[in-house]
Amino acid sequence: MNLLKILTAGVFATVAFSAAQASASVLDTVKQRDVLNCGTDNTAPGFGYLNTTTGQMEGLDVDFCKAVAAGVLGDASKVKFVTVTDKSRFDAVLTGQVDVVFAHTTIKPARESSIAIDFLPINFYDGTGLMVKADAGIKEFGDLDGATICTTQGSATETVLTAAFKARGWKDSKVLTYENLEKLFSALNSGRCNAMSTDKSALAAWAGNAPAPTDYLILPDTLDKSPFGGFVIANDSKWRNALRWIEYGLFQAEESDISQANLAEKLKSEDPFVQKFLGVDGGYGKDFGLSDDFIAQAIKAVGNYGEVYDRNLGPKTKMYLDRKGTPNALWTQGGAIYSPLWN
Amino acid sequence: MTIHETSAVRGMVDHDHLKSRRLRNRIRHEAIQFGVIAIVVALLGMLAYAVKSGLAEKGIRFSFSFLANTAGFDISEGWTLTSGESFLPDFTLFSPDMTVASAFVTGIFNTAKIAILAIILSTVLGTMLGVGRLSTNWVVRNLCFWIVEFVRNTPLLIQLVFWYFAVVLRFPPMASAAHLYGLIVSQQGVYVPALSWVGGVSILSIALATLILVSAVGAIFDPIKGMRRVCVPAAVICFALLFVRGGVELNFPVANKFKASGGTSISPEMAALLLAIVVNSASFIAETVRGAIDALPKSQWEAAASLGLSRRYTVNDIVLPQVFRVVLPSFGNQYISLTKNTALGIAVGYPDLFNIYGTIANQTGHSLEGIIIVMASYLILSWIISTLVYWANRRLNPTGVPR
Repeated sequence: MNLLKILTAGVFATVAFSAAQASASVLDTVKQRDVLNCGTDNTAPGFGYLNTTTGQMEGLDVDFCKAVAAGVLGDASKVKFVTVTDKSRFDAVLTGQVDVVFAHTTIKPARESSIAIDFLPINFYDGTGLMVKADAGIKEFGDLDGATICTTQGSATETVLTAAFKARGWKDSKVLTYENLEKLFSALNSGRCNAMSTDKSALAAWAGNAPAPTDYLILPDTLDKSPFGGFVIANDSKWRNALRWIEYGLFQAEESDISQANLAEKLKSEDPFVQKFLGVDGGYGKDFGLSDDFIAQAIKAVGNYGEVYDRNLGPKTKMYLDRKGTPNALWTQGGAIYSPLWN
Repeated sequence: MTIHETSAVRGMVDHDHLKSRRLRNRIRHEAIQFGVIAIVVALLGMLAYAVKSGLAEKGIRFSFSFLANTAGFDISEGWTLTSGESFLPDFTLFSPDMTVASAFVTGIFNTAKIAILAIILSTVLGTMLGVGRLSTNWVVRNLCFWIVEFVRNTPLLIQLVFWYFAVVLRFPPMASAAHLYGLIVSQQGVYVPALSWVGGVSILSIALATLILVSAVGAIFDPIKGMRRVCVPAAVICFALLFVRGGVELNFPVANKFKASGGTSISPEMAALLLAIVVNSASFIAETVRGAIDALPKSQWEAAASLGLSRRYTVNDIVLPQVFRVVLPSFGNQYISLTKNTALGIAVGYPDLFNIYGTIANQTGHSLEGIIIVMASYLILSWIISTLVYWANRRLNPTGVPR
């Protein structure tokens, strides 16, 4: 009968545990644990990439993880990076393995309606593109009728490609899916794939990191838009709101010209908005369950959005994606990076 | 009343008493068993309820209705069943506007295709390697030994990646691929000429096709000794007639810009997965075969030698038939394990069941329901294999025959 007792206890524990989990916000869990479990890719240069020379994780998504850790826990080093793939990223949040995922994830309705996740604001505007070997004689998407086009499994690109074939009435074109970008790139190099399709930023990054970037050609076509956002478990507005406003804080900081470099100076500013924004006098954090200086902490860790962008995708990087004239520019410069009103 | 009668009566009473006690015991025993089962069922029910309410609290819906939705994604190869005309299932190539359920069927088809081919090929190759390890030829013996040792002692996943990226994808591109009597070997796949039925439905062609089939079955099973000698030429002649009459046509693959059309093809992913699994399983099967041959009494070899049989006949007619009776259960284990190993196909992009499940889970968000379907499918595949092996074992080892 001992077995029975154990079984009964197990079942009650499960019920009690799931009930307890439902009531607590992830925000409280993270604070209690004092470490943020952040899901990122580690094969996407510019977004989430394990730099093999330094052994450090780097990228736009990685910096957003750090900003969240700094904003919530006051220390950007209190973040544990959990590698997620295109396929595993949603389950990682659903099972509580990670608290938030920043992994160049395209925001689309089916994901919010059928998977129990809520998206955070768009942190990068991308588009689905195609890359071929420069010597293949392919100049545009129209040349690829009958070709094998490869992408990663579980990505939005899978359905985008299928829809593009259908729209053009192509019958012989095939979509071949691989586990991750590394295998995908090898398959393109070997010639198995006539074209590799994923978000344009990732294509630029892979071509840029290759020994001979001129061997590759990114086709001018953009098959569809691809807005990226982080995401958290559904129905936890306390957690989601905290993260949303940390993200908006980075946007607003750029707009208000507060950067990692001038933070010390701005903390002494007489401007009442800056004082409140950085938590010197009052602040916005308390009601979100954060400390009032949460934005100052985030900026101290990674800088404002413009600095994050430049560090990972700017002119000094191998993949260099120009911000000017794209939605990724600040709204004041004609882009779409826009924070709601703070005052 | 005699003493006998008294004792008989007492015996009867005793007997009744015993019987009722036995009955009581049995009832108690059954009641306990029933109680335990009831508790286990109740616990499982509670667990299912807890899981369901836990999922509901997290906002995760549990339902199989997504199976009827349109898939919307493509699968690089594979056939499926779909509801065709007048509710009869239609066996066709998968296309993105079919349902999610059809996508699952495509996955099961691709998994079963690899499993069946791998079972046949690895049995043949494994037996050859196993016998080769006992060869009198030094080169053959050592070659087989090293192949088996090397393959058995490295992980299958690494072998698979090796076969794919280092072997299959090193084939020439389509433009410069070798054309050998219609055979095209390229990194887009291996294309072979295929037969296609063009004759339509005529009595003569159907009769010829039936004759070919009957002769082929006769040649394979050879029911009366020597039938094979009649059946093989008969099949060849019938086929030649059919071919000349234009009933069937050889369909040669033709290379075009990106791949080839016509004929029948094996994709690079399938080729790599098949190679990896066949070579890996064959090396395990080889060890089983070698062990069984070693375990065979030496007198069997000596008896064959004293009859003047050559080594080839000894192995083929004396040794292997006895070995197969012994090794079949171990083969069954190997078959089941290789079937489950096909799930590694995802590493090279082969759209097997597990790979397609990944896509479905991501596009629909129903990963829990999907994994239940996947597990049930693998379970059923494994059961089918073990049932077939059990049946074959019964055929080879009739009860009462000593091994």
